[in-house]
Amino acid sequence: MSRILATAVCEFRIACRNRWVSIATGMMVLFALVLAAAGSAPTGDVGVDRLSVTVASLTSLAVYLVPLLALLMSFDAVAGEVERGTLPLLLTYPVSRLQVLLGKLLAHLAILGLAATLGYGAAAVVAVWSDPGAIGGLGSLWRLIWSSVLLGATFLGAGYALSALARRPSGAAGLAIALWLLAVVLYDLALLALIVTDGGGAFTTQALPMALLANPADAFRVFNLSAAQAVAAAGGIGGAAGTIPLWQSAASLLIWPLAAIALAVAAFRKVTP
Amino acid sequence: MTPTLTISRLTKHFQSVEALKSVSLTLEPGRRAALLGHNGAGKSTMMKIVLGLIPHDSGEVAVCGVAPGSPAARAQVAYLPENAAFHPALTGEEQLRHYLALRGENPRQAMELLSRVGLTHAARRRIGTYSKGMRQRVGLAQTLIGRPRLLVLDEPTSGLDPVSRRDFYDLLDGLAAEGTAILLSSHVLTEVEARTDRILILSGGELVAEGTLPDLRARAALPVAFSVRAAPGHSAALAAAFPEGAQGEDGLLRLYCSQPEKLPLLARIAALGNAVVDLDVIPPSLEDIYSHFSRRDGQ
Repeated sequence: MSRILATAVCEFRIACRNRWVSIATGMMVLFALVLAAAGSAPTGDVGVDRLSVTVASLTSLAVYLVPLLALLMSFDAVAGEVERGTLPLLLTYPVSRLQVLLGKLLAHLAILGLAATLGYGAAAVVAVWSDPGAIGGLGSLWRLIWSSVLLGATFLGAGYALSALARRPSGAAGLAIALWLLAVVLYDLALLALIVTDGGGAFTTQALPMALLANPADAFRVFNLSAAQAVAAAGGIGGAAGTIPLWQSAASLLIWPLAAIALAVAAFRKVTP
Repeated sequence: MTPTLTISRLTKHFQSVEALKSVSLTLEPGRRAALLGHNGAGKSTMMKIVLGLIPHDSGEVAVCGVAPGSPAARAQVAYLPENAAFHPALTGEEQLRHYLALRGENPRQAMELLSRVGLTHAARRRIGTYSKGMRQRVGLAQTLIGRPRLLVLDEPTSGLDPVSRRDFYDLLDGLAAEGTAILLSSHVLTEVEARTDRILILSGGELVAEGTLPDLRARAALPVAFSVRAAPGHSAALAAAFPEGAQGEDGLLRLYCSQPEKLPLLARIAALGNAVVDLDVIPPSLEDIYSHFSRRDGQ
């Protein structure tokens, strides 16, 4: 455990020096504030407090931003060590590859958690400022923060795996961007296209819930929207969230990080320094 | 005494290339062995196998009695890679604190380690600003963590100036005296001759020679050179006395003989008395000996 912590402290320090902490936090705060300002119009008639509405908008933001930040922080994790030539020495130390990855994960999760807390927190402050009743939505804000960390863990794990597979930072960066486009953008577009052509048939009722659970980003969206019962405020693909039991999206949120990290460790074990 | 490192009939292929061919060696505690060879001779491959970084095809390797790369082996082995590299964003002190923590040692020893390699003044600067020699010193400092039973050093003195080299070998002597076995590689025989107990020459993946420097010198049986200066007016007489010699343009007569013929030849020269004013006996150089072994198979 102390080796994991030592690695985490070292990685956190490197991330601070590389400005990752300030970039991640700055991006989250900026986007959250823009959303909080833009999303202040449609309250009142929805019948929920203002913070819950903000959380629904933040969910849509987090679906894009958290995976992106996670992949940007993680693509260099193994490939960077290979390129700098620091990996052989590290692997002669009495520390296992699992411990190395867990240390990096811990540091990167701390940064994501910090960025999410400060970003969402800023939006929450704005919401509570203009509507004191919004304080009732703190529960959904807290849920959004920890589920963002879980979503981040999934994409951090995936980023480490790609980093280990590519072995070069440039290749790993390309793979990371491809993964982000596929999992976060194209996947939803494909689902939307299928829903439109299906016209409410078997796909929409049977396969769509499974397809949403199979993608960690969609599972995150579904989980937060259905937990906050803010489906109406979100609309779009989130509208399907109502048909998926909460425990299923929660399970998907929990299982994905484990699977991604297992994949990363397996890929890292294949790297010969 | 149980050897710290035992390698027997070690073989390693990279695709069709035979990187190591049935290499065997043992290294006892406190012994210093130098691994010499050209680029691609198999030095780094052998070191990486000893460290457990890459697997081997056949043969046995035991490090402190356990398999290389196992947690027990890694806890007792320290390594200095050929070009020691570190994260440029960390300072020397932070990097060493991290390595200390990974070895389960107190991170507060970082400054003491840095002072042992003469880096106190740069401890709080980022490694990105260090010169190659300074990075090499950080690399050396991290090998001193704990009490490693085996040190594996890949070209440890590359990038170090002559004074730092001497300090470095002094550090090694101290470690060896405490019982640490040391395996280091080098291109330069002159550098390791006085500082190691045993020399191993690898060529094309084969261990072509092994022993102390006098052993290797005797086995190579390279000719000894004599350089004789004749007294003024005696050049012709000298040349007549040694028809096998070669008269150089510098006025010196060069003679070559095998080791056993050395003293008889010396006696013949001495017999000339006043005709000779000066004499140098030049043993085969270390580079000659190294070339003799490492090129034996027609490389």
